[in-house]
Amino acid sequence: MTETIAAPAADAAAGVASRDSRRQPSSAAQPPRSARGRGRRRGVAAALGLTPFALYVVIFLAVPTLVAVGSGFVDADGRFTWANLTGLAEPAIAGSFFGAFWLSAVTAIVGAVAGAALCFAMLGSRQGGAARSLVDSASSVLAQFGGVMLAFAFIATIGAQGLVTVLLRNTFHLNIYANGVWLYTVPGLILPYLYFQIPLMVITFLPALEGLRPQWLEATATLGGTRWTYWTRVGGPILLPSFLGSLLLLFANAFSSYATAAALVGQANNIVSLQIRQALISETVLGRANLAGAMALGMLAVMVVVMLAYSALVRRTARWQR
Amino acid sequence: MSRRAQPLRLGPGPVVRTVIWVVLGAFFLIPLFSMLEFTLRTAKPGVYSFDRWAAVFGGETTRYDRVYQGLGNSLVLAVVTVAIVLLVLLPTIVLVELRFPKLRRLLEGVCLLPIMIPAIVMVVGLAPTYAVVTSVFGSGAWTLAFAYGITVLPYAYRAIQSNVAAVDMTTLSEAARSLGARWGIVFWRVLVPNLRRGILAASALSVAVVLGEFTIASLLSRVNLQTSLLLVSQSDPFVAVIFALLALVFAFVLLFVVDRAVSARRRVAKGS
Repeated sequence: MTETIAAPAADAAAGVASRDSRRQPSSAAQPPRSARGRGRRRGVAAALGLTPFALYVVIFLAVPTLVAVGSGFVDADGRFTWANLTGLAEPAIAGSFFGAFWLSAVTAIVGAVAGAALCFAMLGSRQGGAARSLVDSASSVLAQFGGVMLAFAFIATIGAQGLVTVLLRNTFHLNIYANGVWLYTVPGLILPYLYFQIPLMVITFLPALEGLRPQWLEATATLGGTRWTYWTRVGGPILLPSFLGSLLLLFANAFSSYATAAALVGQANNIVSLQIRQALISETVLGRANLAGAMALGMLAVMVVVMLAYSALVRRTARWQR
Repeated sequence: MSRRAQPLRLGPGPVVRTVIWVVLGAFFLIPLFSMLEFTLRTAKPGVYSFDRWAAVFGGETTRYDRVYQGLGNSLVLAVVTVAIVLLVLLPTIVLVELRFPKLRRLLEGVCLLPIMIPAIVMVVGLAPTYAVVTSVFGSGAWTLAFAYGITVLPYAYRAIQSNVAAVDMTTLSEAARSLGARWGIVFWRVLVPNLRRGILAASALSVAVVLGEFTIASLLSRVNLQTSLLLVSQSDPFVAVIFALLALVFAFVLLFVVDRAVSARRRVAKGS
C-alpha cells in the first residue's frame, strides 16, 4: 500500500510519476457542429458536478484556514491590529517556536536515518509479498499512532513504573530518572515522536529506494566499480534529494503534531502547538484567543517554507525518473 | 567478500541486516509489549491475570460506557468520512480525469494542502465554522466528519489517484458510452469496479486516520475514541490501555487485510 499513503513524497520520491503517460481524453475534442449546443449544455452539467467538492473544500478547508490566519490580525473588539503579531516576540511564545523547532529537527534527523536504515534492510524483499504487506500496514498504522495511545505506550514502557524503567532499576540498578522524571518534558517527547517518525520515513523513502534501477548497479559493476563506489558515486547522489525531501516531510510532521504532546506533557507549553491550545482555552486572559491566530500564522509560515523547499527537492528528484 | 563469484548486491549483508531488524524491532515492539504487560498487572508485583480483559469482553459493567460512547462516535465518524470520500472526492477525481484534465494539477494541489496545514491551525478556524455547522446540522457527533473529510483528503486522494493513473479511464468510458451506457451506468458499472483497489485503500486509510484522530475532537470538545480514552485513563488507566491496544490491532489488521487483498488482485491482474 506504500504508494497510496501519506506520501505526496512517495510519488515524486519514487518517481513513479506517470503524468506524461496519460492521454488527453479524446471526448473533450471538438464536438461535431450539430451537437455543439448539446455538448455545451453537457459541459455546464459536468462543471456543475465539480461544485460539491469545490463548496466542501471552500467551507471546511479555505474558510477555517483564512479565519485562523485572519483572527491573528484583529483585537478582541474585531478591529485590525498588529498587536498579536508583535505578541509572537514574547519570550514564552518565541521560546515555544524554538522548542518545537529543535524537537522537530532532532526527531526528523534521527527518524530519517533510522527509517532509511530500515528501508535499506528491506531491499530485496519481494514487492507484494507478505513481509512487505506487514511492514507497509504496520508503518501506515504507526505513522498515525500519534496522541493518546502513543502516550500510553511510552508511559507503560519508560514511565516511573514502566516495564523498562523497573527492569533497569531492579536488574541493572540503573535509574533512568536519577535526575528527575523527563518523560513529561520536551526532551521526553523525542522517543515517542520517533515512534511515528520512523514509520513515516519508511512510507516515503522506501519507494525511492526501490526506484533505483538495477541497470545502474550493473553498469557500475561492468565498469569495475564496487558496492562502495556504487553507493558513494551513483546510488547515494541519486537518493540524496529524496532523502532530504523525506527529512523535510518528517520535520513538518513533527512540527505540526499536537496530540502526543498534549497527552504526554501536562501543563507546560514549551512547544508551539501546546501554546496555541493554551491561548485557545484560556478565556481569562483577554485577547489571548487572537494570539492563537497569530501563532497559527507563524506555524503556517514555517510549514510553507518547509513545503516549498520540499517541492523544490521533489522536482530535482524527478530528474532521474524518466 | 567473494565479489567475483556473485553479482553486486544492493542490500546490506546478513549481519548488518540482522542488527537493523533487531534494534528497530525492539524499539517498536517493546512499547507494545509494555502496554500488554501493564494491562495484566495485579496489585502484587510479578503476578499477572487476564481479569481486566475478561471484564472488558464480558461487558458486565457499565463503567466503560464512556469508552463505548467514544468508540461508537468514532465508528460513525469513520463511516461518514468514508461516505464523504466516496460521494464527494471520488466523483470529482473521475470527472476531472475525464472532462477537465487541465484541472488535475489544481485538484492535486488542493487535496495535498491539508498536509501543509497543521490540525491545530485548522482548529483555530474550525471553531467559528462549527458554530455555523451546529446551527445547520445540529450538534450530532457525526458532524465532525466534515472536518475529518479534509484531514483524510491527502491520503484518500493519493490512494484513488494512483489507481486512476493505472487505468485507462478514457477508453473504458468511451467504450461503455459507444455501447449505449448512460453516464450513471458508466460510473457505477464500469469505472468504480476498475477503481476498487484505490477505493478500498482510501477507505481503509480513512478509517485508520479517523480512529486515531485526537486534536480536532479534543479542542472542539467532542467525544471520540481518543478523547474518551484520555478521559478514562485518569480513572482507570488499565481499561484505557486495553482499548488503545484493541484499536491499534484493529487498524493494523484492517490495513493488512486490504493490502493483501489489493496485492493479490494486482498479481492476478498481471497474470502471474
